[in-house]
Formats: sequence, structure tokens, C-alpha cells
Amino acid sequence: MAAKKAPRGTLGKVLHRVKRYMPLLILSLLLTAVSVFFSLYIPILVGRAIDVMVDAGQVDFSVIRDMLMQVAVSALLSALATWLYSMINNRITFLVVRDLRNEAFSRIGVLPLSYIDSHPHGDIVSRVIADADQFADGLLLGFSRFFAGALTILGTLIFMLTIQPLVALVVVLLTPLSLFMARFIASRTYAMFRAQSEARAEQTSLVDEVIGADKLLRAFGMADEALEAFDQTNERLRKTSLRAIFFSSLTNPTTRFINSVVYAGVALAGALVVITGGGIAMTVGGLSSFLSYANQYTKPFNEISGVISELQNALACAARLLALIEEETEPSDSACTCLPPARGDVTLSHVDFSYVPEKPLIRDLCLAVDAGKRIAIVGPTGCGKTTLINLLMRFYDVRGGSITVDGADIRAVTRHSLRENYGMVLQDTWLRYGTVRENIAMGKPDATIEEIEQAARAAHAHSFIARLPQGYDTVIGEDGGSLSQGQKQLLCIARVMLCLPPMLILDEATSSIDTRTELRIQKAFALMMQGRTSFIVAHRLSTIREADVILVMKDGNVIEQGSHEALLSQGGFYEKLYNSQFATV
Amino acid sequence: MKKLLVYLREYKKESILGPLFKLCEALLELLVPLVVAAIVDTGIETGDPPYVVRMALLLVALGLVGLGFSVTAQYFAARAAVGFVARLRHALMAHIGRLSYSELDALGQSTMITRMTSDMNQVQTGLNLTLRLLLRSPFVVFGAMIMAYVVEPQTALVFGLTILVLSIVVFGIMLLCMPLYKRVQTRLDGVLRLVRENLGGARVIRAFNREEAEREGFAEKNDGLTVVQRRVGRLSALLNPLTFVIINAAIIWLMHIGALQVEHGLLTQGAVIALYNYMSQILVELIKLADLIITMTKSVACGKRIAAVLEIEPEPTTGADIPVLEPGEPAVRLSHASLTYRGAAAPAVSDVSLTVMPGETVGIIGGTGSGKSSLISLIYRAYPASEGVVEVYGQDVSTYALDALRREIGLVPQKAQLFRGSIRDNLRVGNKDATDEDMWQALESACAADFVREKEGALSYMLESNGKNLSGGQRQRLTIARALVRRPRILILDDSASALDYATDAALRRHLRELPYKPTVFIVTQRTSSIMQADQILVLDDGQVVGCGQHEALLESCPVYREIYESQYKKEETNHGC
Repeated sequence: MAAKKAPRGTLGKVLHRVKRYMPLLILSLLLTAVSVFFSLYIPILVGRAIDVMVDAGQVDFSVIRDMLMQVAVSALLSALATWLYSMINNRITFLVVRDLRNEAFSRIGVLPLSYIDSHPHGDIVSRVIADADQFADGLLLGFSRFFAGALTILGTLIFMLTIQPLVALVVVLLTPLSLFMARFIASRTYAMFRAQSEARAEQTSLVDEVIGADKLLRAFGMADEALEAFDQTNERLRKTSLRAIFFSSLTNPTTRFINSVVYAGVALAGALVVITGGGIAMTVGGLSSFLSYANQYTKPFNEISGVISELQNALACAARLLALIEEETEPSDSACTCLPPARGDVTLSHVDFSYVPEKPLIRDLCLAVDAGKRIAIVGPTGCGKTTLINLLMRFYDVRGGSITVDGADIRAVTRHSLRENYGMVLQDTWLRYGTVRENIAMGKPDATIEEIEQAARAAHAHSFIARLPQGYDTVIGEDGGSLSQGQKQLLCIARVMLCLPPMLILDEATSSIDTRTELRIQKAFALMMQGRTSFIVAHRLSTIREADVILVMKDGNVIEQGSHEALLSQGGFYEKLYNSQFATV
Repeated sequence: MKKLLVYLREYKKESILGPLFKLCEALLELLVPLVVAAIVDTGIETGDPPYVVRMALLLVALGLVGLGFSVTAQYFAARAAVGFVARLRHALMAHIGRLSYSELDALGQSTMITRMTSDMNQVQTGLNLTLRLLLRSPFVVFGAMIMAYVVEPQTALVFGLTILVLSIVVFGIMLLCMPLYKRVQTRLDGVLRLVRENLGGARVIRAFNREEAEREGFAEKNDGLTVVQRRVGRLSALLNPLTFVIINAAIIWLMHIGALQVEHGLLTQGAVIALYNYMSQILVELIKLADLIITMTKSVACGKRIAAVLEIEPEPTTGADIPVLEPGEPAVRLSHASLTYRGAAAPAVSDVSLTVMPGETVGIIGGTGSGKSSLISLIYRAYPASEGVVEVYGQDVSTYALDALRREIGLVPQKAQLFRGSIRDNLRVGNKDATDEDMWQALESACAADFVREKEGALSYMLESNGKNLSGGQRQRLTIARALVRRPRILILDDSASALDYATDAALRRHLRELPYKPTVFIVTQRTSSIMQADQILVLDDGQVVGCGQHEALLESCPVYREIYESQYKKEETNHGC
């Protein structure tokens, strides 16, 4: 069911985050009150001045001078207070939004990978960027307008009651109309703003995907087709935006109309009171201030109603942002012990795993790896090799059975201490916008340039890095920029070489590197792997042959295991696979 | 900015009618003080209650008509703003799709996404408000001034000077804010980039236990953004109080003049009230205008960022069609071709000469970063040759229409990139008119049919973004099928079998040779086994061609090739199969 109204909690949660800035908020409120008071006092002063300009020769200049002096002081005080509270509101808003963004971002670090793997990244990006932005806009407007508006209404009412209660009554009686209309419209716009936010997120996802694959699409001459798909979401966004914007913008004219009714009511009642009271119950100057008040009084209604619709948008956006913040995280491991630097005994016992419960992938997998052994995992594509790595690194938790390192169940130790024990190089290279040096030093940010160079040399990346325009300080673009796939892999390897953890996971780590370089890297790896337990997924059998144990996987199960020679002589699946390397076809 | 306003043309009617209706509404509002003056001067003076009632009803009537005008105006403004931005988004998207690869490299993806989303939102809000208020506010302001002049010519100076001072203040603040808003958006780019990076690199970041450091890095960037946002906020917070002070100063002056005039019997009390009312109206309007100016400044800054992308000259896409090949002519010919990337110190690949006859298979081999991918990118014109000539079907590639050229080429890029959607949708990227039968044929040739058949729904099986629910090898085979489904005359495999096991790789090559339409095939690879049977093999080392010929000959003549080969086949194994 589509949410018609903001979930009740959203506002509460937002306020909870504002609470930290309570002293500032109170100060802002006080200043607002000061500003409103003085701005409302001015019409009274002007009214008094007008009252003494009765007719030619009947103008009391001393009173006028006095009044005008007071106007000047009031205007200055009011402006000063306005300026101060605007600054405070500004500060609160941007700090609250900053906090929310930080909160959302730190969620990304603790969300289960299954969430990140299964949600379009563009949608998450849209929450942290666009929704947070819109929320900030709404919040700022809310702060600066809402208080001022509410106080102005209250203040004007009081001033009006003191001038002429009868006429003021007209205003009071007509007020609910205004509120009713604003409420009526606002309650209908939340759903529209929500739809707009969702359409926007959908489009961001698409944009994220298309721009990410722009070169590919172009190579296929499919940019136009991508544009067609884009146009569909664009049209959807246009429609939802138009509805949300138009309907929410109705508030203003509607309340303005009601205001003009109020204004007419005041003019009518006021004039009649002046006529019947003969200038005793109310003076002409009093009527003037009154009319000015009627204007002042109705203006905040306009603003508040505008703010209410703007707030609907802000709340719709906040709800999406908060949903991300409240997404269930990985179970906390703060109660877990730390895994000390491991010797490297790894045991898998009766491991069951599947990404989706209906489709079991790994069933009852048992495996004991002694410290310092080199394990190669081979098998046809899709047999579960990468899944095994997901489990070893605890990117995903096993559904049944257990995995232990040095006898400790990996679910009983902190993720950090477990992962510190592994060095991982994946086939999907990931580099970030930044210098080569920063990218290599990712696992050890305090590494010296000598250490970084040494690691790069070991990974045979030094020579190409040296040829980059600024060497190690060359900034590489998003996702590695114009580096070749192989070069990116070399950098990822250098990254691990720098850390030298006790255990290694190499998932097709050298798939895009030429075989000569690979051989040299392997020598470096061999040196590095000495005494380290390592898991290697590879297709190049030359890599695999030197492993202590080869696991042959098929359909989520280990079907053969043993040394290269033993497996070959066994004449099973491995032999078939091995021979296909040299099959002349 | 001109680049942007073009897209408003479509909404010319709305963008004229919207403000016009607003204007009518404002016009009515200007009559209100006159009516009030009539109530005071005529109604109260003569003590005529029915007259007062009539005038009050007139006020309500004015309000009602105003409501009608205003709602119409809001509708037109919303329509124009939303429609304009929708067209602009379309235009920007289309434009990005026509930029050259070099431009894309230089821009970066994150900034394009912010421009496409956040900047667009700001422009929409800005335009909407502008259409609503831009005509209205100055009109009310100047209208009030003129009306005041009608009431009492002497006050014109007060109004005129006030408006002048206000304009200076408003535009001054606007000019100061503009560059800051641009900075805000630039910093937003950075924040967005970090979010994207942390989603894409979740595994690596966790593997290196970098979550905390990333959080800190993000907090720092986020702080940087907040600092500029607050700075610009502080600056724009001046606008409102300054306006207030100036207007009140004007009111004081006005009252002073009014008092003198009344004393001399030149002005009535009611007229003073009217003058005061006009000044108040100006105040109300200017406070609204101040908000508008802030929003406008913001959206102009954002609009400029969008325009900056639109102003980048797109790649020329028009040109000739691919001709039918004369017998005996080469399909692809490179002569002394080089490619130097923008900003790079040295060419990625230089002085390559190569002649390929139709139906031939060319192997390109070489070390990591030796320029293999750069070389083939010249053929499908991802980058223009910095030097030398690249010809396809007898003509320079730059003379062809880009679409025509690429229609003939099936590319399997290094990185197996797939889209969210069904397998069928993904194959359609290769050829939008392909039938299921065509797709199965392509899948068979790409050794992908078996696993696709096993998926639930087969061709209708839904892939997650980037095909995350497939294994690396499965993804690669789908990308090969995607290239084959278009039955290309030239097929380029850019190291695209790296995640395939050897058996599959071998089967794949056999299938490629058996393709009925006999494409010219370029195979970029690390494995000599993949190109042993190629008609010619190009050996690259550090961007230079160090060998060209067939397998056996290269083994003799090219030390680099021999070394690569030997790194893959230890001596004893060479006898094993070959």
C-alpha cells in the first residue's frame, strides 16, 4: 500500500537528531520572538504617527519624530535578530543533514553484502545525495519560516486584540479556514512527493548504470536505445514531479484567497466600527495598523502553508534516507574475541550455503587445510569457487556447518581480526579515484614510499607506474581510469604485497596479466606464500600445478582433491580439465 | 546559458502565460490599497456603511479572480519547469552519449551523475519559482512605485532611491553567492563519488578493514561540503534583514514627507495610509524576491554546470556508410598508426602497420600495458589515431558515420559488463531485432547456451545490475554472445576469455571459426594457445610492434613471443599435445 502520509516515526526521528542542537534551537526561537515582536511593533508606531496627521495644520511633529525614532530602533533590532536566527538555523540544518549523511554512509560499511549486492547502487546514491539535499532545503525553510510564522500569527493576534477586540474577532473566526485548506492540501501531497522521490531514484539507478557502461553502449551503437529506456523513466519522473509540484503549489493561492477574505472582513468590520464608534472605539490610524496587521497576519499563513507542503517533500525524502539508515546491519561482533595473527589452519565442516534459500549451492562441504598449505580451487565456471571465498572472508555467513581458523569458529571472532589475516586479490579489480600511491597503500595507509615501491616492484607494477606522467603521484580516475585491466590487477596485487597477511586469497588474481609477468609475480607470490595458507582460484593450470592440494569443485561440491600428480593419475574430472588446455582443435 | 534556454522554447506558451497570469494577479493586488483608501476617505468620511460593504465585497471579488489567475499561473509554471528540465535531462543524456571517449575520461562519471540529478533538481526548482515570481515581484515593486507616484508625486524619489539601493544589495549578494554555489555542487560530486566507490568496492574495503578509514574520509568530505553550504547560507542570510532595514528607513522617510504634506494640506490621511501600504507591499514582495534570488542564484550555478557539459563539442557521428568490399581489398588496414591519450606522457601504442584480409583471424599478444587494447580501440574508433591512418573496408574510419562503423563491429570488451534486466534484454544490446532463435545460435557459439538453459526462464532470466548473479565466466560468455548476436563483419575479442577455463576457451575458438558469416576476427589475449592458429599474430611490447607473423615463424624470430609461449608451455609439455 502506498504511504499516504509520512510514517509517524519520521518526524520524531528527525527531531531526535535535532535534539543535539537544542540550546541553539532555543536561542533561535528566542531571537525569532524578538525579531517578530519588533517587526510587529512597527505598524503600531506608524499607526500612531498617522493618527497625529489629522489635517492641514493639525500635524503633531514631535509625536511623529518620536514615533519614527522608535521605528528606526525597532527595525534595526528586528533585522539584527533575523540575521542571527537565520545564521543559527543555517547552522543547525546543515549540521543535521551532515550528521544524517554521515550516519547513512557509515551504514554502507556495516550493511550485509547481500544488501549491497542486491540493491541498485544508484538508488542508494540517490538517497544519500538527492534525498538528503531535498531534506536540507525543506528543513531550512521549515526552521526559518515555521517559527517566525507561528510567532507572527500569535503576535499579531495579541496586538490586534489590544487595538480592537471586536475586529480581531473577525480575524480569529476566519482563521480556521486557512488552516483547514493548508492541511487538506498537504495531506494529499505527501504521497505525490514520495512518488517523485521514487521516480527520481529509479532514474538515478538507470543513469548510474548507463553512464557506468557508456563506452560499451557506444561501441554497440546502443546509446540511442539506452536513451529510450531513459526517456521512459524521464517521462515518469516528469509526470510525478508535475503532480507533486502543482498540487503543492495550490496551497499558496488558496490561502492567499482566504487571506483576502480576511482582509476584506477586517476592512468592513473596522470601517463600520470607526463609523459607528465615531472614532472612539477605533481611530483611522488604528484601522491602518489593523489592515497592515491583517496583511502581516495572513502572510505567515501563506508561508506556513508553503512550508507544510515543502515539509511533506522533506519528510518523504527523510523517510527514504532513514530507511537506509535503519536497514538491518550485519550482526554486531563487538562481543567477539579478536583472532590473533593466525597460523593458518582452516577447517570447513559440513558447510551449507545458498544465496537464496530455494537454491542450495554448497551442500555439506568438508575440508581441512593445514597451516602453510597452498590450496588451488579449480572447476568449471559457476561451480561455487567465488562463493567459497565469500564464505572464507565472511562476506556471507554459512547457513549450516561451520568454518574455523586455528580452531576458532570465524563467527566467534571479529570480522576485522579475521579479515586482517587474509590478503585478497579479486578478479574484479577495484581502484578508486586517487593517486597510485594511495591505492597501493590502502591496506597500510602509513606505509613509507619505500615500502610502497618495494611492493610495486614485487608485483611488477613499478615499471609501468614509473612511466605514468607523475609516477606514484599520478591520479588515476574513477575505477582505474585509462589503466588497462592488467595494470589494474598489478596494482591490486601490489596492495596485498604491501600488507603481507598470514593467509592469502587469490581469485583469478592474474587473469588479465600476461603470462610472462604472471610467472614473475608468481615467484614473488611463492616467496610470499611460504608458510602462508593460501587459496587460489585460477584457470591457468600452471598456477595450479604447484599447489599442495587441488580442490576440484563442481556444482557446489568438492568432487576430487589431491596433488596434481595424484589427480592426474586418478583419471577423473581434473584430468579431463587439464588435458583440455592443450587440446588441438 | 543560451544552450539551456533553447529547451525552454517547447514551453514558450507556458513560460509566457504563467508569468502573465501572475501579472494579472499582481495587478489586482495593487488595486487593494486604492479600495481601502476609498473606504477610509469616502466610506468613513461620509459615514456610509452600504458603501463600505460594497467595497468589502469588491475586495473579496478581487481575491477570487486573483485565485483563478494564480492557480492557472502555478499550473503553467510547474508545467514549463518540469517539462523543460525533463527535456534538458533528455538532451544531456543524449549529449553524454555522443561525447568522445577522451571527453568521458576527462569528465569522470560521478560529476555526470550529479549534474544529471542534483543539478537538474535545482534548475527545476529555480525555474518554477522564477516563472511564478520573476515578473510578479518587479511588477508589484514598480507598480507600487507608480501608484505611489499617482497618489503623491513627491514620494517618487523615496521609492526610486529605495529600489535602487535594494537592487544593489540583492545583486551584490547574488554575485557573491554564485561561485560558492558552484563550489557546493563540486563538493557534492566528491561526496557522491565516495558513496559510489564504497558501494562498488564494498568487498575490497572490508577485506582491508578500511570501513573506519572510509567513514573518516567521508566525514571529511562531507564536512567540506557543509562548510561551503554554511558559508553561502550565512551570506544569503544577510539578504532578508538588509531588505527589512532599507524598507523601514524608506518608511520613516515617507512618513516624514507625508507629515509635511498633510501639514500643508496637500495630502489626506487616507493617502498617507495608501502610501504606507504600498511600501509594505514592496517589503512583502521583496522578501519573497530575496528567496527567489537565492534559489535562482543556486539554479543558475547548477545550470551552468549542465551547460558546461552541453557545450563540449560532441564527437562527429555523421559520415559515409560502410561500402561493400571489393574482392582482394583488405578489411582492416593500419598504417603507422599511433595513439596518445590526452594528458599522457608517451603514446600507448605507436607506429603500427597491419593489413587484414576479410575472414582472417588476427591475434594480438603482449605484456600487461603493452597497448593491445589501445590498438584495437583505434579500429572501432573509440579514440582517433593521433598519427597514421586506420582504414576499415578501404576507407579511413574517421570518414564513416560512427553508427554505421560500429554496426559492423562486434566488440567483446575486457570487462564483462551486463545490465539489470533479462538475458534477452542484454543480448538485444547487441542486436535489437534479434529473434530468440538468433539469440540461441549466438549463445551456442559463445558456449553459453548450456548454462542459460539451466536458468529459470532461460532467456527471461533476470540479471542483477552488472550481472552480479552470474559467475565471472558466465558473464564473459554472455558478453561474447552479445557481440555475436549482431553477426558482425568484424569481431573483436579484447582479452575476453580470461575467466573461461581452457576447455571452454578452446570450444569457443572452434565455434568462432565455424561461424557461417566468416567475420574478420581480432583476438587480444595473454594466451598463445588462443591465437596459435591465427592467420597473423601481432606481438606488442611497451606500445611497439616487436613481431608480426604466424605462430611457428614468430617462435623462431620473435624473442618476446617465444618467451610468452614458453612461460605457458614448459619444455616437456610442448610435446604433450601439439
